[in-house]
Amino acid sequence: MKLMKPKRDVGIIGYGAYVPRYRIRAEEIARVWGGVEDGLPLEEKAVAGLDEDTVTMSIEAARNALARAGIGPQQLRALWVGSESHAYAVKPSSTIVAEAIGAAGSILAADWEFACKAGTEALQAAIGLVGSEMAEYAMAIGMDTAQGRPHDALEYTAGAGGAAYIVGPAENALAILEGSYSYVTDTPDFFRREHQHYPQHGNRFTGEPAYFDHTLRGAQGLLDELGYKPSDFAYAIFHQPNVKFPQTAAKQLGFTKEQITPGLLSGKIGNTYSGAAMIGNTAVLDIAKPGDRILMCSFGSGAGSDAFSFVVTEKIRERHAKAPKTMWYVQRREVIDYALYARYRGKLVMN
Amino acid sequence: MRDVSVVGIGQTKVKEHWDKSLRGLATEAVLAAMQDAHVDHADALYVGNMLSGELTGQENLGALIADAVGLRGIEALKVEAACGGGGAALRVGYLAVASGQFDVVIVAGAEKLTETSNCSTTAALALAADGDYETMHGISFVALNALLMKRYMYEFDLVPEDFAAFTLNSHANAVNNPYAMFRSAITLDQYKKSRDIADPISVMDSAPVCDGAAALVLMPTDRLNGNGARAVKVAASASGTDSLGLHDRRDPMWLSAVEISSKKAYAQAGIAPKEVDLFEVHDAFSIMSVMSLEAAGFAERGRGVNLAREGEIGIQGKLPISTMGGLKARGHPVGATGVYQAVEAVTQLRGEAGKNQVPDAHVAMTQSLGGVAANAVTHIFVN
Repeated sequence: MKLMKPKRDVGIIGYGAYVPRYRIRAEEIARVWGGVEDGLPLEEKAVAGLDEDTVTMSIEAARNALARAGIGPQQLRALWVGSESHAYAVKPSSTIVAEAIGAAGSILAADWEFACKAGTEALQAAIGLVGSEMAEYAMAIGMDTAQGRPHDALEYTAGAGGAAYIVGPAENALAILEGSYSYVTDTPDFFRREHQHYPQHGNRFTGEPAYFDHTLRGAQGLLDELGYKPSDFAYAIFHQPNVKFPQTAAKQLGFTKEQITPGLLSGKIGNTYSGAAMIGNTAVLDIAKPGDRILMCSFGSGAGSDAFSFVVTEKIRERHAKAPKTMWYVQRREVIDYALYARYRGKLVMN
Repeated sequence: MRDVSVVGIGQTKVKEHWDKSLRGLATEAVLAAMQDAHVDHADALYVGNMLSGELTGQENLGALIADAVGLRGIEALKVEAACGGGGAALRVGYLAVASGQFDVVIVAGAEKLTETSNCSTTAALALAADGDYETMHGISFVALNALLMKRYMYEFDLVPEDFAAFTLNSHANAVNNPYAMFRSAITLDQYKKSRDIADPISVMDSAPVCDGAAALVLMPTDRLNGNGARAVKVAASASGTDSLGLHDRRDPMWLSAVEISSKKAYAQAGIAPKEVDLFEVHDAFSIMSVMSLEAAGFAERGRGVNLAREGEIGIQGKLPISTMGGLKARGHPVGATGVYQAVEAVTQLRGEAGKNQVPDAHVAMTQSLGGVAANAVTHIFVN
C-alpha cells in the first residue's frame, strides 16, 4: 500500500498565510520587456518589500498559525521552513523563525528544499513526527520570495508569499488528515546550481513531463488509494505556477471550476513557489465548513507531488477569524512599477 | 547506373519526444523499415541529421546508429545538408545502390530538437544560414524567410491571408496521419488570429520544433529478393545549390536551386511537371511552398498562391501537396524531414494512404531544402 497514514490520527491545528503588500502588474513587466509570446499568464504578482524575505514572511505566517491553533510556541517540537529562497545557503531559516516566535529550545528546525514542494514535504514530515507520537505539535511552513530572471517568461509569475501549518493530534484539529501520497522522480525541469543567482528551466519540458505527469500521478494516486472520486471533494487545490496549469490539471482529473476557484490565487499574487499549494489551501480553509473534504496537491520541480486529503471539523468555526484571512492579504495591495520592483528585488547593480 | 527501388519504410510519430533519445528514435525507425522490407541485414547506412552535435552533444551518427540497430561493421555515414539532410541522405543512399556498390542500403533521418531550451534551438537552426554575412548580425532563420515573404508580398501585391490555404491544407491532411504532430484542422479565422514569429510569418505559417525519425530500405530494382509487391521505384534523384546569403542571390524571388534540382529530376525521370501526381514540398514556411511551386515549374512566377487559392492543392486537386500534413502539420524534425517525405510518397504510391490517398497516384515528387533553398534535393518515385 502506498497511502501514508500515521499510526495515530492527526490534523491541522492552526494555519496562517502571508502575502507581501506590493504588486507589480504583468502588463507593467510587458511594457518594459516588450510582451510575452502566448499572452500574459496572470494579472499581477506579489513582491516582497525591501525589508522582507522568506524569514520575515514566515514569522508572520507562523504567528497567524499559532493564533488559530491556540497553543503556546513552546509546545512545538519542530518548525520546518520549506523554500527555494532561504536567506542562507548554510544556516536555517527555521531557527530564526523559531526564535522569533518563542519556539526555540527543545525543537527541531532544519530547512527543506524541493523547489515548489519543499513546504509540503515539511508538512509530510510534521505529520510523521506528530503521528508517531514523537511530538504533540509540529509546524511546517512553505514560503518563498522567488527571483524571476529579467526578460524570462517566469519573471511574470515569480511571486512572494506562503503559509504555515501546525500539525497536532486529530482531537484538536480543525481539519483531520485522511491520508497522503507522494510521487517523486528525477526530472530536471527547473533547477538552480549553487552559485547561480537565477534558476534555469526547460521551457516546454516543464509542462507535460514535469508539472502534469507528477501532479496527475500524485492526485490520482491519492484518490485511488483512498477510493475517492473528484465529486467526493468540496475543494481541490493544485500547485499554481500560473493560472492555466492548475485549471488544466483539475479538468483532466475531473474536478470542476467551482471546486478549484477558491484555492486558485496565482492570478493575483503570482506563483508563490513553496507557498503556492499551501496558501491556496489556507484560502479554502478560511471559507470551509465542517465536513468539507479538501484535496491539496503540490508540485515541486525536480520533480514530485505531495497529495493530501483533509476533512474539516467543527473546530474550524471558532478558528477562522483568529488571524487575518488569506484574502485579506491578497486584497491588501500597493501597486509598484518596474523601477521599484527592480530596486526591491535587488536587481540594480550598485557597484 | 542501376535502377533503385524502395522496398521498406518506417517512421516514428513526430512530436516532442521527451522520453526518447536521438539514437532511440533512429533505431525505432530503422528497425521498422527493415521489418517492412523483410531484411535483417544491410550493406550500408546513411543518416540524415542537422543538429545532433549542437543540441544533443553527439556526432559520428553513422557508426552510432549502425551499432544501435545491430549492424555494427557496415559502412555508415552521417549526411548533412542543414534541413535538407533527409533528402541528401536519400541521394547518397540512392547513389550507393545505383552505382552497383551496395545491394541493401538503409537511409535514415533522425532529429531531436527538443533536447535544449528554445533559445538554443533557434540559434542552432540559424546554422543553416550564412554565418559570416547573415547570422553574425543576429538574424534568425525565420527572419530570413520573413524577408523573402515580405518582398514577395510587395512584388506580387499579396496579403498574408493569401498564404492561408497552404496551412489549412496541411492541417486538414494531417488529421488522417497518425504519425503527424498536429492532428486538428485549422480554420481561416485561426490562421488570421495567429501571432507573428517574425512579421509577416506567423505561427501558422511555420513548421514546429519537434523530434522524429524515419527510414527507408533501398535495393536494386532488378534484385528485389521477393520484395517486388510493395516496391516503389526511384525514377529520379537530383540536387542543386544556390548561395546561402539571400543578399547574394541573383534573384532573391526565385529559388534557383529548386529549379536546377527539379529540372534534372524531370529529365532523369523523363517526365514533365504536369505528370506529377503529388508533391511533398518543403513547406517549412508557407513562402517556401509558394516559391518552390514556381521554381519547380508548377506555377508561374508570382502566381504560386493561386494553385492553393483555387483549391488545387488538396488530395482531390490538380496537384496535391503535403498529402500527409507536410512540414507544417506532420512536422519538421529538420534532418529527418526529407526521409519522412519519401516515406509518405512511397505510402501514396503503394495505395496505402487511407483517407489521404491521392487517386491514381503513379508519380510522386519529394523535395528537401537545406537552408533557404541553398540546397535542394529532389526525388521522383513511380509505381
